[in-house]
Amino acid sequence: MNALFQYISTVFKGVGTLLTGMKITGKYVFTPWNNVTQQYPENRDTLKMFDRFRGEVIMTHNENNEHLCTGCGICEINCPNGSIEIISKMELTEEGKKKRAIDQHIYHLGMCTLCNLCIKACPTGAIVMGQNFEHAVWDRSKLTKVLNQPGSKIAQGVKE
Amino acid sequence: MSETKEIIITSDKIHTDEYLVNMGPQHPSTHGVLRLLVRLEGEMVHNIQPHVGYIHSGIEKMCEAISYPQVIHLTDRMDYLSAHMNNEAVALCIENALQVEVPERVKYIRTIMDELSRLASHQLWWCVMGMDLGALTTFFYGLRDREHILDIFEETCGARMTLNYSVPGGVMFDIHPNFQKRVKEFIKEFRKKLPEYDQLLTGNVIFQERTNDIGYLSLEDAIAWGVTGPSGRGSGFSCDVRKHQPYSAYPLVQFEEKLATKGDTFTRYRLRMEEMYESLHIIEQLIDNIPEGDYAVKMKGVVKLPEGEFYQRVETARGEFGVYIVSDGKKNPYRVKFRSPGFSNLFALNKMAAGHKIADLVAIMSTLDLVIPDIDR
Repeated sequence: MNALFQYISTVFKGVGTLLTGMKITGKYVFTPWNNVTQQYPENRDTLKMFDRFRGEVIMTHNENNEHLCTGCGICEINCPNGSIEIISKMELTEEGKKKRAIDQHIYHLGMCTLCNLCIKACPTGAIVMGQNFEHAVWDRSKLTKVLNQPGSKIAQGVKE
Repeated sequence: MSETKEIIITSDKIHTDEYLVNMGPQHPSTHGVLRLLVRLEGEMVHNIQPHVGYIHSGIEKMCEAISYPQVIHLTDRMDYLSAHMNNEAVALCIENALQVEVPERVKYIRTIMDELSRLASHQLWWCVMGMDLGALTTFFYGLRDREHILDIFEETCGARMTLNYSVPGGVMFDIHPNFQKRVKEFIKEFRKKLPEYDQLLTGNVIFQERTNDIGYLSLEDAIAWGVTGPSGRGSGFSCDVRKHQPYSAYPLVQFEEKLATKGDTFTRYRLRMEEMYESLHIIEQLIDNIPEGDYAVKMKGVVKLPEGEFYQRVETARGEFGVYIVSDGKKNPYRVKFRSPGFSNLFALNKMAAGHKIADLVAIMSTLDLVIPDIDR
């Protein structure tokens, strides 16, 4: 008799613990304003990433198509996995001197681990982290980018 | 028919009444590509032989080709749930070798980040533990609260998991102006949410039946197999590096090293839940008192360690993590070795699970909180 009573009480206790858990889930069913889900592809227009978010490396250009990159190659040295290749060229300045300038700043997004070491090392602040995070492409070759825009040149007054 | 029988009997490795079953490498409850070779008799587990190396990425070897500041970002990818502790271990090792004293502010920031990482890791462990035992609800509740911590990380460090926030001599950025406010909001909210975890899972009769009195690990075995972290402390092995060899701001805060003696699966579960309260307690002590000052000391452009061997250990969410650097005075390390907690903890699994049913193996493995890239490196 005692064993039977114990058995029944265990069953009721067990059901009680299940109900305790269901009370929590029930609470959230009837208070949907506690939900935190973002409707991601639909909210693309309003979705704003944090300022420091590391999405990809970009080079900023001003309205005259000028950038700040001197082609010094410090970012290339600091990159741990060889995502950055600097191809520099020699240019003649107005005084007739030869000066190094950037020809192509090649960036392999597919190899990049977004560690921020290149941006930290850049002496002129030419490259920054972009906020874009939708990097899916159909072809791997599309992940190799040239960061300086065609026809762009270095802004006045930037020194190495 | 008679031929087959003869082969089975003459083979001294395979017995007629035992199965050899591969659990993994694509098993959902091994949390990654872990392969366990399980020797079964019916449902009973006789022996477990873990086979590692399916996600071996050669991080230690890669470190030999890159400079010291670059080593840090690779450690994110080992134990990705305690990324900041791994970063800090390498940074501390380099700082000790160069005898650089970091500002107080850095110590505070690093400790808060450590504890936030620990909370995020334990939250993920909790929700995955429920999911392994068939309670999918916990998965959503755990991830919901973890999202707040990841937002804090994203705002200050720029990434959600692969933080790369510690650098030799300090941290990469100063904390975001919103950081303190957000952390305080999170603590206030999470203190309310944490009892919900207990109500949802801890008291649940199915969960109790499946975790109580299984997977015993004795204190002797825990020490012999080097089981550290909450898994080792569940057996009474006092191994908290934060207490025994304090680093960063841990000497300044009051906290308790949670210890239990029973050593079964439920004890390890309970201990991790207690640790979450301790982490909240540590953050509360530090968050209002972050001293003003620099967020990093200026280091040389090329970091070169003096010749010699350097070792630093920290407490990650899984246990003791060690960094061993051999330097020959050049800008690259000569050899780097990481002592990862997951590797040692995994190999004690045979001690815990042998003699139990195969369904219990999943529960026991869950409380070890394995992260596979941490094991394989």
